[in-house]
Amino acid sequence: MLSADQEKQNSFQRRICEGDLVIVYERHDAMKPVTVRAGSELQNRFGVFKHSDWIGMPFGCKVLSNKGSHRTQILYIADISFVVSFLEVVPGCVVLESGTGSGSLTTSLARAVAPFGHVYTFDFHEQRAASAREDFERNGLTRFITVSVRDTQGEGFPEEFCGKADSVFLDLPQPWLAVPSSGKMLKPDGVLCSFSPCIEQVQRSCEALTTNFTDVRTFEVLLRTYEVRDVKFGSLGGDGSGGAVRKPPCKRKNRPSSDEENNGSMERSTSTVMAKPCPETRGHTGFLTFARLRCS
Amino acid sequence: MGEEEGGHSPNPNSKVTWEGCSVLLDINGGDRLVFARLSPAASLKIGDKKCSLQPLVGCPFGSLFQVETGPKGAHLVLVSSPASSSPGMTEGMDPQEKNDGKLKGDEKDNRALIDDNRAQNLTGEDIDAMRRCGASGDEIIEALISNSSTFEKKTVFSQEKYKLKKQKKYAPKVLLRRPFTRSICEAYFKKYPSRIGFLRVDTLSLLLSMANVGAYSDVLVVDMVGGILTGAVAERLGGTGYVCCTYPGSAPYSIDIVRMFNFSSEICSRIVQTSSSSLLSAQDGDDEDDSSSDPPSNKDNGSMISSDEQSKKSTTDGSPVPVPTSVVNAPPTKKSVNPGMPASPDAIKLWKRRGFSSLIVAAPDMDAWSMVDELLPLLSYSSPFAFYHQYLQPLATCMHRLQTEKKAVALQVSESWLREYQVLPSRTHPHMQMSGSGGYILSGTRIFDS
Repeated sequence: MLSADQEKQNSFQRRICEGDLVIVYERHDAMKPVTVRAGSELQNRFGVFKHSDWIGMPFGCKVLSNKGSHRTQILYIADISFVVSFLEVVPGCVVLESGTGSGSLTTSLARAVAPFGHVYTFDFHEQRAASAREDFERNGLTRFITVSVRDTQGEGFPEEFCGKADSVFLDLPQPWLAVPSSGKMLKPDGVLCSFSPCIEQVQRSCEALTTNFTDVRTFEVLLRTYEVRDVKFGSLGGDGSGGAVRKPPCKRKNRPSSDEENNGSMERSTSTVMAKPCPETRGHTGFLTFARLRCS
Repeated sequence: MGEEEGGHSPNPNSKVTWEGCSVLLDINGGDRLVFARLSPAASLKIGDKKCSLQPLVGCPFGSLFQVETGPKGAHLVLVSSPASSSPGMTEGMDPQEKNDGKLKGDEKDNRALIDDNRAQNLTGEDIDAMRRCGASGDEIIEALISNSSTFEKKTVFSQEKYKLKKQKKYAPKVLLRRPFTRSICEAYFKKYPSRIGFLRVDTLSLLLSMANVGAYSDVLVVDMVGGILTGAVAERLGGTGYVCCTYPGSAPYSIDIVRMFNFSSEICSRIVQTSSSSLLSAQDGDDEDDSSSDPPSNKDNGSMISSDEQSKKSTTDGSPVPVPTSVVNAPPTKKSVNPGMPASPDAIKLWKRRGFSSLIVAAPDMDAWSMVDELLPLLSYSSPFAFYHQYLQPLATCMHRLQTEKKAVALQVSESWLREYQVLPSRTHPHMQMSGSGGYILSGTRIFDS
């Protein structure tokens, strides 16, 4: 949560209260957001968990393992973090965005412009704009975000923002249609970013950008994750076990194993911690095209 | 940073240069990158010519200048419109492709061109004579073109490349860039990557996101990458919160790169350096350090932050803001606030009581675990951390220990992959050269120790 109020900030003293939004975490790919309400319960295959048990506990505490199946934005964090950096968004900036989509980038932009700046985001769909507005209220970011319904491809951005934007972000099916308007909105040397999954869209956008923009650069960014295991390699010599035995760290202490000792220590001279890339990885999200408005 | 004497530093997001500000000069489209300060005597050497940087003061960032040689010597001239450069030709072009001459899809080709060094009729003396008569760089280039026997036979693309090559030599262009996390990191990664521990800009961006750096954060940082990390964090804090650079032992690490950011006094005052032993040993209510370093000055709060923030701070905090925010008005010193002053004892006590809101470690030559083991207790529960390393193995070992010792969750070791594209009609493809690695990150969230 973003707050100047020190009481609301995260700290050793902060405790879970009624109404707080908490993230219940079970594994690196299984997390679930829950609004804490005394009297409510969280149900999953491990049992029933009363919210009232959590109230008064410190954030970051462990409760018995919960599970959710919500796929988080972790896969896109590479794009989001790169965009925020390359758009040169800092506190005080005014940023225009279209479309709003899920609002995940909007959230990051809002965090980056706070507390002195603002994000104006526009979406074609009334429903999406409405649900994005709700999300931002839940996250306490409404102060920094204004959501509007608008067809930016057809109409461009509103005239009132001419020359006021430090950065513009486009996530549209036909972003080249919004390029001229973006050029009017941006301050000189301001930065534009367009996100498009297809290279044909990128080509048309770049063509449109050459008129009034410079420093046009297109990137792809992806995050590759690694899995880390404690591995004991077998050897060709006579111990008969052969092959590598993988011991997942800590969770299965009681599992019988040929050389398991009582103290459960994983640091054995015979095993080593190894890292290897995860077998499943994202191949593509979209191309990111950045450009700066020419100084005339 | 350019405050008081040396030039008034306006709005930190200023898009126009001022006397004494720090700039990044991009010469000939990225061929050479130079950090400079626009002080009165500042100059730039290009080839064998030295130009004063004074013409750059008061110009918007993004302005393009050209070196002109006149009777009085070389000077920088503002290029008012981009009419002379051919858009679409070199924009977005793979640097390697600018130098190689083979292109497909054109009627002419180079089969009739013989490279025997005799194509150009103008001699070096001819060119010097033109210069002495006050010919502009563009005029010299036109003369070279008209005196070249092979120019007409070249393809359109080759002609443009020829022109570009001559431009770089006889009328070099200097682009005035704003120093920013992005531009500073890219410049260093390209020219002196070891000074920033091979930390690439996308990896740096990830560190900031994974550690959830934003306004009002109190970020604990181990910066052994020259200060680029500290600068990046301070930029995102925008004068709120703190970035505390810590170090083992008694000597702080150099964070010189911070000086290139053009930070205002407010932001500089938020960058502090304190030894880990001071942070760890501070107790609530004890006055361990002498209060020599900073005079607390709560009254000056209002002058430095927006009125919005000021009213919030005074109504929601029960106690006066414990950390001093303004040192710039202290009469004895004439200098503006330098980043990297020691943290005040009050600040240290506050952090010990509440914990830092995130921890970022960039110590590419150190053992990750020993750093983590010592500093994790300073991080508030349920707060994120991100550790950067140029090698994978130390992070894997560190992650494993954090898991077995149950100190963190959401642990992930990642590597960012970045590829740039050249996008041009009929010539779209990824750049021929690519960075192989920008380093690795271990991220996670600290949990409550039972």
